Amino acid sequence: MPNPFNKLTAIAAPIMRSNIDTDVIIRIERLVGNSIRGNLGKWAFGSLRYLPDGSENPAFILNREPYRQAEILVTGPNFGCGSSREGAVWSLQEMGIRAIIGSGFGDIFFANCFQNGILPIVLDKAIVDSLAADIEAAQGAGRVSIDLEARIIASPSGKRHSFDIDPRRREGLLQGLDEVALTLQRDDEIRAFQSADRDARPWIHFARKSA
Amino acid sequence: MLAKIWDQHVIAHLSEDTDLLHIDRHLLHDLGGPRGLLDLKGRGLKVHSPELTFATPDHAISTAHGRADTSRIGQELLASLRAETSACGIQLFDVDQPGQGIVHVIGPELGLSLPGCTIVCGDSHTCTHGGLGALAFGIGSSELAHVLATQALIQRRPRTMRVKFEGRLPLGVTAKDLILALIGHIGAAGGTGYAVEYAGSAIRDLSIEGRLTICNLSIELGAKIGMVAPDETTFEFLRDRPYAPKGEMWEQAVKSWRALPSDADAAFDKEVVIDVERIIPQVTWGISPEHVIGVDGRIPDPRAVEDPARRAAIETALDYMGLKAGEPIAGTPVDWVFIGSCTNSRLSDLRAAAEIARGRKVASGVRAWVVPGSENVKRAAVAEGLDRVFTEAGFEWREPGCSMCLAANGETVGPGQRSVSTSNRNFVGRQGPGARTHLASPASAAAAAIAGAIADVRTMGR
Repeated sequence: MPNPFNKLTAIAAPIMRSNIDTDVIIRIERLVGNSIRGNLGKWAFGSLRYLPDGSENPAFILNREPYRQAEILVTGPNFGCGSSREGAVWSLQEMGIRAIIGSGFGDIFFANCFQNGILPIVLDKAIVDSLAADIEAAQGAGRVSIDLEARIIASPSGKRHSFDIDPRRREGLLQGLDEVALTLQRDDEIRAFQSADRDARPWIHFARKSA
Repeated sequence: MLAKIWDQHVIAHLSEDTDLLHIDRHLLHDLGGPRGLLDLKGRGLKVHSPELTFATPDHAISTAHGRADTSRIGQELLASLRAETSACGIQLFDVDQPGQGIVHVIGPELGLSLPGCTIVCGDSHTCTHGGLGALAFGIGSSELAHVLATQALIQRRPRTMRVKFEGRLPLGVTAKDLILALIGHIGAAGGTGYAVEYAGSAIRDLSIEGRLTICNLSIELGAKIGMVAPDETTFEFLRDRPYAPKGEMWEQAVKSWRALPSDADAAFDKEVVIDVERIIPQVTWGISPEHVIGVDGRIPDPRAVEDPARRAAIETALDYMGLKAGEPIAGTPVDWVFIGSCTNSRLSDLRAAAEIARGRKVASGVRAWVVPGSENVKRAAVAEGLDRVFTEAGFEWREPGCSMCLAANGETVGPGQRSVSTSNRNFVGRQGPGARTHLASPASAAAAAIAGAIADVRTMGR
């Protein structure tokens, strides 16, 4: 069950390159196995964060203070595109990220964020770019504030922007709702649907090898 | 078509644009399947509808003969997939059995994937199945657990886009080239938030395997759903497939499938038209599928780009790929060729590659693999002698699986090495840390293996 999300004021790190895919967020070999969670944070952005010899790449923003403490990422277009691996969200979460502000996200990554209590916020690219510039001007020292209830973010210099969010998803985050438990409350409806559908589309429900 | 299929699956309206949808087919693989089933068990929940759930190992198993090189973790995942599916009554297509293979190859091949059905899998290339007129999309681990527990999923209705490919395919141009050209045209985020319906005369003329390739790359366009309206080609493909309906039920199913295509006056939120006759064989040069050019093109020059973000993106890509701006892409020497993946590992793909390879030799210094998409594809290819065409030309002929497309099983392209691959992603490190991937069609990949460099397949035809 995800943790609830309401307000957050935290260090934000701009990672503005476009098309950062989920392979770049977390490499596949970190995700092969049944017990992978809890050890993913240090491998997030591995190819950007570490040099080939395994040492930290000092040029990468999350290896610099104060961005090392970041709980918010400000991202370039199409962040989280590519693979459906939820490990991408888990790895960010395990390194302390709780919200991501960008001009657009991969559809599956976007959905995976909500499942884990991470808030992805979509804003116009011009606003995201100015937010990143604002953060860089304060050399990361200023904090970014997010108020999910009020649907407002504030930049380090105090510029406020409202954002849109699907009301259902907002409610889910505010309360930390468990979707599986909620849907199971509708099991009668699911079984009624299946029962009627067995007559309407029997080929769906009686798929048995026959040749 | 999206609306028709969507509405047929609504169990409950949850808000203005969000519904609880019934899931008709849930496909599990070795990477996410065991974890999902264990997760469910840990929560004290049961698999809701095991008869609608099907599993196969593909991601983490070795494609070496005898599966000899499967890693310890890969073996553990396979053992746990066997144990957990058996405990839950889920059908497993196991290694060496007809039916095993890349999950997006076996669904259509077995007739599990059908027009008008909802299909999910913990893999973003689930959009592939849309080539049969299914509503199919990839999901993460949480949604996977949700489907296991409820056989339903909460989804927001996507916007709709129609892409019309019009005209006849020029020489050497395949489904892969069409979809790569589209991604180059509207960008890797051009389809984000949309369900894409592919239409037009070129799509109608395509085989089902070609349509599956087109839909497979929808996610590289940003769209998690891609689909093609079912037609006579679809029905002929599915007739007599092992899990497709038979007899009277088949007639009943086809009747309902004929009602699925979009009405003539259907409105789409976005429309794109592509003139197929202007497309030539495509190859990627960078680290996103949108970094694509015709094989006769030159590598982009960042100095010619004004927008600083785009210029920096090109510089980053060229630096990673070890390429020089302004040079022709053809002639770039390669170390590896990979023919396989859920994009291009079906029989028609292998035939197209074999046509180029027949009677020729892989260039010295190049390692070239052919990894059939499924046990059935492998057996059919062997029956027509394609394996020998490849091995006589110097290709390695392997066992079915995902292999070097994502390197989850340890099969990798080495750091700094250059690969021409028929897969779907040229992301940084996708085929292994530091690997440099160029995406292309099976025929173009075979041509690169023979030439030892990126090559224009049109000059190697018969």
